[in-house]
Amino acid sequence: MQKATLRTVRGKPRLSQARRREAITGYLYLVPNFVGFLVFTAIPIIAGFVMSFTDYNGFSGEFIGLSNYAKLFRDTQFKTAFVNNMVYSLASVPLTIVAALLFALALNRKMWGANFFKTIFFFPNLTSMVAVGCVAMLLFMPSNGPVNNLLRALGVAEANLPQWFFSTKTAMATVIIMVVWKQAGYYMIMFMGGLKNISPNLYEAARIDGANAWKVFWNVTWPMLSPTTFMVTILCFIYSFQVFDIINVTTEGGPGRATSVLVFRIYREAFKNWKMGYASAIAYVLFLIILTITLIQWRGQKNWVNDD
Amino acid sequence: MHMIAYQTLPRRKKRLRPGIVLIFMFCVLVGFLMVVPFAWMLSASFKANTEIFETPTRWIPAVFRTLNYEKVWRDIAFPQFFFNTAKLAVIITLMQLVTCSLAAFSFSKLHYPGRDKLFLIYLATMMVPWHAIMIPQFIIVKNLGLFNTHLALILLQAFSAFGVFILRQSMLSIPDSLTEAAKIDGCGTLRTYLTIIIPLTKTGLITLAILTFNTIWNDYMGPMIYLDSEKLFTIQIGLASFRQQFSADYGAIMAGAVSSIVPVILMYAIGQKNIVEGVAFSGIKG
Repeated sequence: MQKATLRTVRGKPRLSQARRREAITGYLYLVPNFVGFLVFTAIPIIAGFVMSFTDYNGFSGEFIGLSNYAKLFRDTQFKTAFVNNMVYSLASVPLTIVAALLFALALNRKMWGANFFKTIFFFPNLTSMVAVGCVAMLLFMPSNGPVNNLLRALGVAEANLPQWFFSTKTAMATVIIMVVWKQAGYYMIMFMGGLKNISPNLYEAARIDGANAWKVFWNVTWPMLSPTTFMVTILCFIYSFQVFDIINVTTEGGPGRATSVLVFRIYREAFKNWKMGYASAIAYVLFLIILTITLIQWRGQKNWVNDD
Repeated sequence: MHMIAYQTLPRRKKRLRPGIVLIFMFCVLVGFLMVVPFAWMLSASFKANTEIFETPTRWIPAVFRTLNYEKVWRDIAFPQFFFNTAKLAVIITLMQLVTCSLAAFSFSKLHYPGRDKLFLIYLATMMVPWHAIMIPQFIIVKNLGLFNTHLALILLQAFSAFGVFILRQSMLSIPDSLTEAAKIDGCGTLRTYLTIIIPLTKTGLITLAILTFNTIWNDYMGPMIYLDSEKLFTIQIGLASFRQQFSADYGAIMAGAVSSIVPVILMYAIGQKNIVEGVAFSGIKG
């Protein structure tokens, strides 16, 4: 950074005494944060990329070219995790968005208790995934957990009771249920912000035109909300590729490999198998996925803004 | 779903409609689903293990037993975990407030070459997921001799780009004329920062503080990677490892979970507005 600065200083007419003093002060105020930023964020971003071309194991490593990336295509553990993560994302994101939007629409009115409900809907989002995981494990316990007890009481046959976290068929679905339950309130708040920005005049106009509630939603609310919807979806999608806590607390990637996801693989390869070079390659695949989504967002944002 | 549009109409007269009753019932149902796991957790934490899975669930325990809390708070190092987490959360939050507000001040009110380019780099790194860089971070921390120390977690989290971003944003809304006037009056940069900028950024600072505190309190993966000795454990890994060791001691696990959530509830009660604002804000930015 210093170099760049010097060059700019030399390239342009010399800074006046006062200007230079201010520049020095400016850098000084930046230093405490910048040093930490450099050491713990900027350097690791580059180092991680370099490491992905090595077989670093925590102590030593050599450059092995693209071997790590080539290995990804053969590694069934990685491929399973990738597919699982896609399934997780493609299921949890739409469910979260729909739930969050419904909550926001329901609360976007003068209604007795609306503020109270907002508080309650948002609350799970603040609690830790560890605590949530602990209680979920008991609630969804196949033998005598309250959920299956309820299903039993409703007349579901013993053989048909879901095994929730304990079956390869339902484990991912159970994780998704818990995640949607926990995070919907977070995105609800964002939707509420978007709804607030829609001008009341539009509703007024629609009402004068005699549109019913459903028509008003499709012709006013939904199109006016689309920039928010787009952004919330992107954000939710990005976070969905970073899912880890709930899985490590409840299923630990199992049963079998049913809930193994990308970050879980990175963690295992890096900190259990000490294959840090290989884990870095997976980490950069993750980065690439998120980068792609972000770039889509940038392009899309422009389009959306123009649309409206 | 019905009445969505009508309510926002400002001049609409108050009338109880069937639509709003349906919506209210929908909210009650969702609210119930949101609260039930916590209610069940709380109820189970006061029960003996044999009583927890009784059907139908007895929401209010027949006898309030404190044995689970005694176990968690006396026999296990929960007080230590609590103290460790609180210590980390307070130190990291304070450090973030200082380093981020200084940097935000520099980015928003001081003028020097390369400033905006540098800020753009900050912004760009915000989209790099932490998981993508945790391995090199680990190697750096290990080489600094900080593995299995609280200092590792402090250093990793004390310099957040997000914090700089959020504070810069609220400092930008302070008119430059104010800082210029102070300058003309002979007010030094440091005094401008302390007496003008900081007081006017109070809301932003409080929001950042609460969000950071909550993040650190709930952090699971960081402490899991960096902490090895039990005496250094935070509440989340303490709870997780307790659950692994005593997976059948349901009541005690629930007591631990409840204990870990209480501070979050308190914080939410105090700073609800700031938390909600913070979320809405991080959404605007995307």
